[in-house]
Amino acid sequence: MSRLSQKHLLGIKNINREDIELIFETAASFKEVINRPIKKVPSLRDITIANVFFENSTRTKLSFELAEKRLSADVVNFSSSNSSVKKGETLLDTVNNILAMKVDMVVMRHSSPGAPHFLAKHIDANIVNAGDGTHEHPTQALLDTFSIYQRHGSLEGLKVAIIGDILHSRVALSNIFALKKLGAEVMVCGPNTLLPKYISSLDIKVELDVRKALQWCDVANVLRIQLERQHIKYFPSLREYSLYYGINKKLLDSLDKQITIMHPGPINRGVELNSDVADSDHAIILEQVENGVAVRMAVLYLLAGVQ
Amino acid sequence: MQKKLILDSNLLSITLDRLCQQLIEIHDDFEDSVILGMQPRGVFLADIIHEKLEAAIGKKIHYGQLDTTFYRDDFRRRETPVAANSTNVPFIIEEKNVILIDDVLYTGRSVRAALDAMIAFGRPKKVELLTMVNRKYTRELPIEADYVGIEVNTMDSQKVLVELEAQGHKSNKIWLINKEEK
Repeated sequence: MSRLSQKHLLGIKNINREDIELIFETAASFKEVINRPIKKVPSLRDITIANVFFENSTRTKLSFELAEKRLSADVVNFSSSNSSVKKGETLLDTVNNILAMKVDMVVMRHSSPGAPHFLAKHIDANIVNAGDGTHEHPTQALLDTFSIYQRHGSLEGLKVAIIGDILHSRVALSNIFALKKLGAEVMVCGPNTLLPKYISSLDIKVELDVRKALQWCDVANVLRIQLERQHIKYFPSLREYSLYYGINKKLLDSLDKQITIMHPGPINRGVELNSDVADSDHAIILEQVENGVAVRMAVLYLLAGVQ
Repeated sequence: MQKKLILDSNLLSITLDRLCQQLIEIHDDFEDSVILGMQPRGVFLADIIHEKLEAAIGKKIHYGQLDTTFYRDDFRRRETPVAANSTNVPFIIEEKNVILIDDVLYTGRSVRAALDAMIAFGRPKKVELLTMVNRKYTRELPIEADYVGIEVNTMDSQKVLVELEAQGHKSNKIWLINKEEK
């Protein structure tokens, strides 16, 4: 068997297709494990993992913590809101202090793009990027593509539209890289103001009309409007966004095919997705959550095997 | 050392029949017994034994495949990690007599991992081990098989190679080879 080609998971841009496929194969085994009556395996019982979250997170942190505990790792949690970061300590000092306590892996979320890349150059532990600003969120992309893979059997030639707030989304960028590496066709769709300027350089389709995007795609990955990251007005009102870009059952029923709806959560119900879609058979949102634990278990397990 | 045939197709078939008879003597109608084949190679033998047993007693026997990858104690110490295989145990083993089946018993570490993995599916009443080849004097853990096809004296530099038709080979054969030989 091959092993991961990298010591860290910093982003999807720099990992290869073989690595992604190895993670998928391992995640499928872990999915079976987490559906057993006893959901725990002893694989990482000699490993200590620090979850270092400089930015708020609920589901990603919970998902990582569950993954770590189901692998029997020892887990320490750190969040910047109640730490010495508030007293002026640097990122490197903070993490070095944690590592001095003999931590083997660091799962880090940071508001600054590139923060985990910086750390990887300075410390020995395996690093998993749990989201760096608006840059990348590799495990989310892996769980999204794994969920599509499990639903459709393959991503080769599949048409996937990423719809919504592309500008502020780290999920979008990692998804684009992952989908393209696995052979899917990718389109992004959203208001012009929420599409980053560099988007045309990624060699993907761009669409402003959500109906056309839905008509084109097999899978729609609908992103959350990140209100907390919007310091200026990118669209007149949530109501208007919902009218033009919100996906409801009526819109889906008007298509001549059934498409798969995804959402990384948390959903702004009634804004990007209506409840009649979010809770319908079209949606695989809860499968994404379940797959998230399995994929993160696979990533941690495989990284632990890379010395 | 030359590649040495230790069980040919005919002898392997007789041995399998003998092992099945031994199992029937102990487990009767398999009412409270289940079979678990150990991934990856033990399942090929377990498939054959399960089929033979069902034909002999004329009823269904619970049969699953158990993967031990995530339970191994040498996962981070190996040159190349072991690939995970699927586990399929669609029944509870609580209070059952479990028959673990593997092709070769060597250090005993796979069996130790299997015992650990098995507990996720309940607490068995009793666990037995069936192995086609028992490599003597190589055990690293105090584990022995209850049912043995053939016992062989081997050195660390040697390897037991099990070739089965179910794995795509022309005939069922078991060889003893030097590790560097393919």
